[in-house]
Amino acid sequence: MKNTIKIFAGLIAIGLVSCDPEFENPVDENGFYTSGDANLTNYVAVGNSLTAGYADGALYITGQENSYPNIMAQQFALAGGGEFTQPLMNDNIGGLLAGGQQVFPNRFVLSADADGSNPSPVRLEGTPTTSVENSAAGPFNNMGVPGAKVFHLNANGYGSLNPWYGRFQTSQSASVIEDAASLNPTFFSLWIGNNDILGYATNGGDGVDQTGNFDPSTYGPNDITDPNVFAAAYSAQVSALSAGASGGVLVNIPDVTSIPYFTTVPAKSIPLDAATAGAVNAQFAQYNDVILPTLVTFGVITPEEAEARKINFSAGVNFPIMTDDDLTDVSLVLQGPPANLPPALANLLGQLRQANESDLVVLTAASVLGTQPDPSNPLGIIGVSIPLEDQFILTAVEQGRVSAAASAYNATISGLASANGLAFVDARSALADVAANGVSYNGGVLTSTFVTGGAFSLDGVHPTARGYAFTANLIIKELNRTYGATIPMVEIGNYPTITLANN
Amino acid sequence: MKKVLLLAVFTLATAVMYAGGYRVSLQGNKSLAMGHTGVAVVNSESLFFNPAGIVYLENKLSISGGAFGVFSNVAYQNESTGVSARTDSPVGTPFYVYASYQATDWLAFGLAAYTPYGSSVEYEDDWAGSHLVNNIDLAAIYIQPTVAIKVNEHLSFGGGPIYVTGSVNFNRNLSRSLSDLDGNRSEVTIDATGINAWGFTVGTMFKPTKNITIGANYRSEIKMNAEGGDATFENIPDSPLTPFPDSTEFDATLPLPAEMTVGISYQFCEKWLFAFDYNRAFWDVYDSLDIDFADESIPDSKNARNYKNASIYRFGLQYDATKMFTLRAGYYFDESPVQSGYFAPETPRNDSNGYTAGLTFNVSDSFQIDASFLYIHFKEIDASYDYYIESGQSAPFSGKYKSNAFVPGLGVTYKM
Repeated sequence: MKNTIKIFAGLIAIGLVSCDPEFENPVDENGFYTSGDANLTNYVAVGNSLTAGYADGALYITGQENSYPNIMAQQFALAGGGEFTQPLMNDNIGGLLAGGQQVFPNRFVLSADADGSNPSPVRLEGTPTTSVENSAAGPFNNMGVPGAKVFHLNANGYGSLNPWYGRFQTSQSASVIEDAASLNPTFFSLWIGNNDILGYATNGGDGVDQTGNFDPSTYGPNDITDPNVFAAAYSAQVSALSAGASGGVLVNIPDVTSIPYFTTVPAKSIPLDAATAGAVNAQFAQYNDVILPTLVTFGVITPEEAEARKINFSAGVNFPIMTDDDLTDVSLVLQGPPANLPPALANLLGQLRQANESDLVVLTAASVLGTQPDPSNPLGIIGVSIPLEDQFILTAVEQGRVSAAASAYNATISGLASANGLAFVDARSALADVAANGVSYNGGVLTSTFVTGGAFSLDGVHPTARGYAFTANLIIKELNRTYGATIPMVEIGNYPTITLANN
Repeated sequence: MKKVLLLAVFTLATAVMYAGGYRVSLQGNKSLAMGHTGVAVVNSESLFFNPAGIVYLENKLSISGGAFGVFSNVAYQNESTGVSARTDSPVGTPFYVYASYQATDWLAFGLAAYTPYGSSVEYEDDWAGSHLVNNIDLAAIYIQPTVAIKVNEHLSFGGGPIYVTGSVNFNRNLSRSLSDLDGNRSEVTIDATGINAWGFTVGTMFKPTKNITIGANYRSEIKMNAEGGDATFENIPDSPLTPFPDSTEFDATLPLPAEMTVGISYQFCEKWLFAFDYNRAFWDVYDSLDIDFADESIPDSKNARNYKNASIYRFGLQYDATKMFTLRAGYYFDESPVQSGYFAPETPRNDSNGYTAGLTFNVSDSFQIDASFLYIHFKEIDASYDYYIESGQSAPFSGKYKSNAFVPGLGVTYKM
């Protein structure tokens, strides 16, 4: 019997030698991946809605879980990265309450008719449960604040202006950058400046280009920030964040033409048959043939401007008529002699032209174009007889202002990256590539096409989780290159895109 | 002498376990301890290994029964993404019961029940390969009435019909990313029980001399047709664009492939027996796992498998150490039926080496306790499944796999 026991003991010993299969080089073992010269134990991300994980026009839990900083932090954990905290919302509905009132709307979802036709983004119904008052106080590793412009991050007391920061500010007088620096980051990322041009762009240039105005306290929400103001604020942030850090990464500002908010609605959007086009043209005949030449004669406008202001419809799909505030305002002139037009008509013609190929029509214009705002006036059609408002079109002139500012910001960002030995991510080029060619991944191609492209969420501005995963990979790649690290990238096909749901 | 015995067990314990695919070669403690050989060995487990052998059993009645605990583990990792996963599979418990009865000197009857196919693999829900499998549980019980005829002392034949009853339960996510409003991944579970089918087994045994036995056995393919099984969909977005019902029925066919075995055993120095078996498993019938959903709005699920026929080489040694103990050890090499590019995580089987050992304790002339142990070693392998299609585009799932399994078994034999 002793024999039996010994033999059994021997057999059990064989079995226990390797209960768990072990790889020769397990990926979850210390040292498989390295952070190089970077110390990732305490990573802090600073920025705006893009850093927060905002998507589908709202902030909600699953979006935050797929924010690019959170995706990166999970990869960092394979190379010494520590815990990464985020100011998580309370639900996946997305809206925000303050003082019992809803101050930001719910998320968009893709809704469709019962037979699956007419898919379109709609706001999810439901009462949000996240309020400014019930949110946990920061600071958090993710210091992304939706809506923040560059100079906001340095502003003490900014939480009283922006509830997205107010909900987790450490005190009434705190600033985002102070809260972030108080975490003593060993590594940081900074992606800020998008809103310094985006508000102007998404509102069709319905704001002021403040280039030359160095006092941001006088700026309106849709204004373009002066590049010197940008540089001063940005460089202060880089100094504050790099003070005790082993390194960091700076991300530049993409072109607005890379995002579906500006590329989805075509400039030509008004279908007319020959008879209607002829009738409409007859309405504008006096404007084209008499008023415009007269204005040139009197030296009010140049012959070139007169040419650009001519209205001409034809059978097929046409450019809408629009108001362009960069045209000479002739409404007062037209009310005087010799035209003596009534004020209403003079105002309509005041800055009128037809859109052209170089105009970018914003996403929200889709619900306005071709509609009849006054039910009692079947002839009043937006884009045909009523000009599309300036806020719906980013004209070539306005695009020029946006891209001039963005170029100046980007020069500052890349300059500060190289001056401080920080990693620099050219998000502008990467997103331009997604928009122009699409980027292949395992099992698909990521494009900027609205709804179906995979990269952008239903607000047309913010990425999807898959778009954020793509961004995280861009940053990891540059981090690896700059700091000699070997952080692995993620499989972006595993990240979701838009959410299907009917209210 | 005791030390020598222990040493013998260890040195002989070279290798054996699972066969490729979802074949589970655990049909007897005596045979398993000898590398799962037995086509040319006469013992109380011959009903499975070679039904022609039961007519040579010395006792009027011989009953053997036993079970195994299968502790199998799979580790997965992808070095380009840093993703890793480990299965947390429940312990499998294959069993067998054999009863042989010598009606006359030349005629024997038998009844066998055993579980030669099955699989139980459980990954963490929503792991990196969850679009291929979250968990699977496959079970089949074979019931085999048998008759064997001795032509003369050199030659016998045996065989019988096989009745199979089986079940399958399988869960996977619908795609790599589809989820509901709260981020819960959309998934499907298919479940079918009471799947029945028929097959047969035939064998012959030839004893040219007193010490040499040659055997051959063929077990037919059995197609398990799951008809009207239940398919359940969960966490589906509430949208006409994803028109999945909560549940529907499905049809699917899973083949349990035919297996041909030939082998030889040689008795030497009175107390020693050497056995060699060669198995050929005809896996090429497992071309594709197609799930046909009754609801026509759900696209049928086609999962290419493209298995190839595979061989297994088995070696076993038995030593009648004392009147009370018989010691056994064995090794086998098991060739995987999975071809390159078809390595799916639901049956992550590459070539393996099985190492076995065991013993029989003769409690009395009529009662034995049979014990065995099997350790299966798989080499680390870089593999991928290239036939997962999403939106018309192939999205290979690749990485490194490392598996092992250890299987203790215990059984009893009663003879009279």
